[in-house]
Amino acid sequence: MSPAAEPARAPASVEDRFEYVLRLGDTSLIAAQRLGALLGHGPALEEDLALGNIALDLLGQARLLLALAGRIEGRGRDEDALAFLRDAGQFRNMALAEQPDGDFAETIVRQCLLDAWRLETYESLAGSQDRELADIAEKALKECRYHWRFSAGWLVRLGDGTAESHARTCAALEKLWRFTDELLSADALDARMAVCGIGPAPALIRERWETRVSAALAEAKLERPAHRHYPWHGKRGVHTEHLGHLLAEMQFLPRAYPGVSW
Amino acid sequence: MYTQALDAPQPPSAPTDERERLERFQARIDADEKIEPKDWMPEAYRQTLIRQIAQHAHSEIVGMLPEGNWITRAPSLRRKSVLIAKVQDEGGHGMYLYSAAETLGVARGELVAQLLIGRAKYSSIFNYPTLTWADIGTIGWLVDGAAIMNQIPLCRCSYGPYARAMVRICKEESFHQRQGYEIMLTLAGGSAEQRAMAQDALNRWWWPSLMMFGPSDTDSKHTAQSMRWKIKRFTNDELRQRFIDATVPQAEYLGLMVPDPELRWDETTGHYVHGPIDWSEFHAVLKGDGPCNRERLAARRAAHEAGRWVREAAAAYAEKQAASARDAQAG
Amino acid sequence: MNEDWMLYEVFIRARSGLEHKHVGSLHAADARMALEHARDTYTRRQEGVSIWVVRSSEILASDPAEADALFEPARDKVYRHPTFYAIPEEVKNL
Repeated sequence: MSPAAEPARAPASVEDRFEYVLRLGDTSLIAAQRLGALLGHGPALEEDLALGNIALDLLGQARLLLALAGRIEGRGRDEDALAFLRDAGQFRNMALAEQPDGDFAETIVRQCLLDAWRLETYESLAGSQDRELADIAEKALKECRYHWRFSAGWLVRLGDGTAESHARTCAALEKLWRFTDELLSADALDARMAVCGIGPAPALIRERWETRVSAALAEAKLERPAHRHYPWHGKRGVHTEHLGHLLAEMQFLPRAYPGVSW
Repeated sequence: MYTQALDAPQPPSAPTDERERLERFQARIDADEKIEPKDWMPEAYRQTLIRQIAQHAHSEIVGMLPEGNWITRAPSLRRKSVLIAKVQDEGGHGMYLYSAAETLGVARGELVAQLLIGRAKYSSIFNYPTLTWADIGTIGWLVDGAAIMNQIPLCRCSYGPYARAMVRICKEESFHQRQGYEIMLTLAGGSAEQRAMAQDALNRWWWPSLMMFGPSDTDSKHTAQSMRWKIKRFTNDELRQRFIDATVPQAEYLGLMVPDPELRWDETTGHYVHGPIDWSEFHAVLKGDGPCNRERLAARRAAHEAGRWVREAAAAYAEKQAASARDAQAG
Repeated sequence: MNEDWMLYEVFIRARSGLEHKHVGSLHAADARMALEHARDTYTRRQEGVSIWVVRSSEILASDPAEADALFEPARDKVYRHPTFYAIPEEVKNL
């Protein structure tokens, strides 16, 4: 099952490894940026505390991954240079992560779909041939298990709560489902990373994600939305309009005052 | 944290058996015994505590907003992590305090409702805007610094649940002030623009921080009763003086100017002497005319309203689950 | 419908070998949520390895007004304490 179980294969190129780690790091960073903005505005004080913990976990993952990406690239860019000094087209996060928080149902659906993907991905990456990546994945995995527990728990409460919460959650699913294909459809880079034993086998992630998410949807009494064509490839730098605004806000200080430390 | 300007009602004149209980109660307090939730206590003590703890809790919750304003714009990932952790801590502290208030027989929902209709007070400091990143440093340094001055004595307050909440809060808050000062150190040692940013923030936050300790002792009517009950352990002016004495050298180390032309060191008393505080500003902000009073309450109301269907959904789901568990048992 | 949720009391075991200790309360719609909220609120700094939550309304507390009746009678039972017994100093291991 785990990619590490196979004997050593042709090593991945620096460019591939850099891009691949950016996909993971950027997805965590953008998700943390979204959740961080909610702090103090949650539906209950207790949920502010929970969302804050998740945001901190994701930000911690992002920092480790971006620092690793910087080391792989070997051009002296640290976590902050990568986070604050790249434009949208150079970000490699899944487009789902950058989708804005409309109501709490959208937040929960977005988190849930991403959490399931992250959980399965890190579970596999814990056995990666890339030792540094495997170590990060192992640490992140514990956090991801809790994130899934939180978001899936809420998905069920909202789906099977009141008529209003059910309707809102259906609407959120309908709106965000089209971004899930990107998580699960392997492109050439995903395939190369799987072949060289760094990344997980894409078919495996899809299968496990489907099982996990279907079970949660069923418990939440929610219908699985129909498959939709998707024109976004966040992981290849083709984003929705939302990312530019998110970055404009996030990057403003280092951009307005270049070259100083904070 | 952030208590200020308490208005304790006077204890009502009591009949003799009531007076005896009051005396026994006061004797327990004088002997430094803690009062616990189900113990007999004078109604005025209970009401004063509810108001003080609620005000303190509201301040933590409203206090999440001005700093939360910069989470999305924190200039490094490390700073962003620290700021999220700090704002989240404030939410936690609000929870600890609401918990303490609830032991006095009032529901959190009631207290929050009073905040949302504008009937409850919270620390006025949070009605000032955070305009630059330096404000985040200044809030940690000055506002949390002032808060700690206020809070440490409250760890010994006579009401057990409040004192225990304060112990936990003080322990957790020890990093808040340091991270603020660290931001100021970085800015003060940075570019000319960063230094100007730091000075501007100090200019705007200095006086409001001094006002956090509440009106001068000569104008604070109810301090005496709260001191007798050990709900309050030092007067407003004592704490303010302590804060100034501690903070002025810290500003000097940063190379920043405290915006008080009359500030001077008094050799004979061993304290700084400060210029007059503009209490009309304090009262205006308290009455609702601060720069951000409306925005802060509007944000709390919006979160409460937007969250209602979520809270209802969770309650409805729990009820359905409980009902099906009952059915399963009956069947 | 109660959108304010129910009050739960939280008990944390700081590390194995110690008993659970009351740390505070929180609001939650159900027990599972209460556990998660307790984890998110009261163990942010590794304060615990185990959590109990219990509905506040389920706790039966003694009445402070009866404290004398409940606890005073134990006061004169000094023979329950080892110091009550005089043992010569030369005798060890007692």
